[in-house]
Formats: sequence, C-alpha cells, structure tokens
Amino acid sequence: MRNLLQFIYRYHFFLLFVLLFTLAMVLNASRQHYKQAFIWHSANTFSATLFQVRANLASYFHLRHVNQRLLEENAKLLDRLEENFVVAEDTTRIYYDSLSQRRYTYTHADIIQNSVTRRNNHITLNKGRDHGVLPDMGVITPYGVVGVVKAVSSNFSLVNSLLHSETMVSVKIEKNGHIGSLQWNGENYRIVEMAYIPPHVELEEGDTVVTSGFSTIFPENIPVGEIIDWKIRRGETFYTAKVKLHLDFNNLAHVYIVKNLMQEEQEELENHASPDI
Amino acid sequence: MNLLKLIFLFLLLLLVQVFILNHIHFRGYINPQIYILFILILPARIPGYALLLTAFFTGLVMDLFTDSLAIHTASTLFAAFCRPAVLRLVTAGSKQDSETDPSFGSIGGLSLSIYSGIIIILHHSMLFFLEIFRFTEIAQTLSRIFQSAIITFIFVIIGFALLEKRAGSQSR
Repeated sequence: MRNLLQFIYRYHFFLLFVLLFTLAMVLNASRQHYKQAFIWHSANTFSATLFQVRANLASYFHLRHVNQRLLEENAKLLDRLEENFVVAEDTTRIYYDSLSQRRYTYTHADIIQNSVTRRNNHITLNKGRDHGVLPDMGVITPYGVVGVVKAVSSNFSLVNSLLHSETMVSVKIEKNGHIGSLQWNGENYRIVEMAYIPPHVELEEGDTVVTSGFSTIFPENIPVGEIIDWKIRRGETFYTAKVKLHLDFNNLAHVYIVKNLMQEEQEELENHASPDI
Repeated sequence: MNLLKLIFLFLLLLLVQVFILNHIHFRGYINPQIYILFILILPARIPGYALLLTAFFTGLVMDLFTDSLAIHTASTLFAAFCRPAVLRLVTAGSKQDSETDPSFGSIGGLSLSIYSGIIIILHHSMLFFLEIFRFTEIAQTLSRIFQSAIITFIFVIIGFALLEKRAGSQSR
C-alpha cells in the first residue's frame, strides 16, 4: 500500500494528465450523441445568452445590408401577386384547387453563433422546441441552403452548417435537371463540391445549381450557387463540380427554418418500400 | 505575477479570444488561438497538478464558448503536460535555473520564442487532428496546423511583449 501511494505521488503529474486527458476524450466521443452532449454546447443557456447580446449589438452594423436584401425579397414576392396579371383570355378561368395541401411552413430565426473556420461548423439559432423547431428541419435563406437542425433545447437550436462533413444536400443543375449531391471539402468556405454528375452531362461555367427537393428536408428550387469548375477525379466515373455559393456564411444573420409537413409520411413510405436500404 | 493578475489575464484572454479572434479568419480558415498564452505565461514554480487542472479548466471554458466539445480541453491539457519539459529544454543551456518565469527579461527573446513555438505547434497539432479526425485529409490538416501556428505565434509574442512592458512601467 505504501509503495502504491509512493508510486502515485512520484508520478502524479503523468497520472493526472492521463486521467484528465481520458476524461476529455470521453467527452469528445460523446459528441456523436448530440442530445447527451447538448449541455456542453453554446445552446446551453449561459453562453447562448452572452452570444445573443453580442449578436444584438452586431446586428446594428448589418442593418443596411439586411434592409437591402429584404427589399429584394419583397420585390420578388410583389412580382408574384395576382394583381400584376391581366387575364389574357376570358374563356378560361382559373380556380384554385381547394384540395391542395400545404407542404412547407417557414419560421424566421436569428443566428447567434456561427463559424466558418473549422472543418465541421455549427450554427446556433435563437428559436427552439418552444417555437416548434425539431431536429432534421432544414435551414435556408432565399439565397441558399444554410444547414440542417441537429439538436434543440427549449429556446435555442443547434444547426449542422452546410460547412460540416456530415451535411449532404441533394441538388440539381437548373437548366437540365441532372441531380448530384452537394458537400463541403473543408477548404474554402465559399466553394462546395457537387458530386455524382454523369459524364455525358454538358456543363458550362455559371450554370446555376438549385436544390432538388428529393430529400425531405429542403423545398425544391432554392438557388445554391453556380458552377465554376468541373473534372473527373482519378479512379472515378462521375464529374465532381466546384460550386461557388451565393451565400456568404461569414455575414449571415437571419435565416428561415423550414418545416416539411409531409416529411414523416414520405420517410415512412420510403423506409417501408425499401427495407434493404 | 500574483493570482489576481492571473485571473484578470484569463478573463481578458477569454474575451479577446471568444469575441474578437474567433471572428477573424485569415485566408478563410486560419484562426489565431491567443488563449494558449495563458498556459505559456503561468509561473514556472506552479505545481504540476495545478498546471494540469488550470489547463483543463481553460480548455473547457473555450470549448463551452466555441461549440467544440472537449477538443480545446484535450489540446490545452497536452500543451500543459509538455510545458515543464520544454521549459527545462530551453533554459538548460543558459545560466538561469528553470525556476524563472517565462518572459523576455528572464529567459531572453530567442529562448522564449523557441519555447512558445514548440508549445504552440504541439497544441495546434492536437487541436486540428482531433477536430478533423481523418487521415485522408492529412496534407490539408498539416498546412492548417502550420499556418495557424504561425499566426498564433505572432499574437503570443506580441502578448508577451505588451504584458512585460506594462509590468515594467508599473514597477518603476
């Protein structure tokens, strides 16, 4: 016993290091289970409140920019109003189908914590379970896809940004409808990669990439970015294209959270029909 | 440096790191980690267990504010574990014993730079490997480590110089 104590006393520096390091690694490993780890994230009340204060202050400096964007969005929506159209032929009448169902609803949220420098970037939003936000909802702006909600607390939610190795978005090329999958390679935060484009597809610089609407998370036709370069990598049979994002993740402040009202139904059918996958 | 000053320095570094430096991105992804200065500047006489616990706590606070679970904790802990050995290494040749606190005045500019440089490289290597955790991206990871370490090094040396100047003018 005395020897043991002596041993511990002699090597206490090393032993304490091993102990604390193991503890850190265990915490790190539990990162995968977001819900258990949630207390450590900035969505916990203390640091989230601090970030909210900072975000409030910082938002004043972006007001001009934000107003500009709002004006553009407004103009776009006004453009679609019914009053803008005259009926060209009076023999046909348009009836709105009362059976049509609503598929997506939108909630707006402010970003209170964001990063672009890490390999896996997270965003914290100031809306949570109390506002109807649930995991696996999409986060967008009219200028592009932002990410997917990963975990929620009662007033905040944690989003896996598009700049995260686990985020994959199903997209298509607007002009010909060919689909591919969008993922970030961790280098430049303005550029993401669109993979699995068949080699017979004719690509051009400046082709617009939009969401495909195939996943249950994002609505169709949200513009994402434009193609700037493409090639077939060694050992692969598909094109991988570089897509320059319309969205600058570094000055994001306001986003919309998308709720797909038919998500459950679609997923249930797809899982039911293909049990092998 | 007494305890009160250290606590003040800790809070100062925390604020600078979280609210300013975490929003600075050179070339898109290089992010200086000035808070490591706190581990570097601790007095040489600090007992081993206190050094490790301080590092653990510092890292944990950083993780809490940057949404990165325990990777700052692990890498700061690793840096603190290596600190006594590195400090002994750089002060071995000189006349001063290893009991002097690390600063320009005590161990000289060159030794201080080597000491800070080694610790920063160790800290950043741990940080980026834990964060990325993929050996397929190794070349990119190494370049990230190297570039970020250089920027952090510049900030740390400026930090040392400023603190020393302040302390010097106070004692006069």
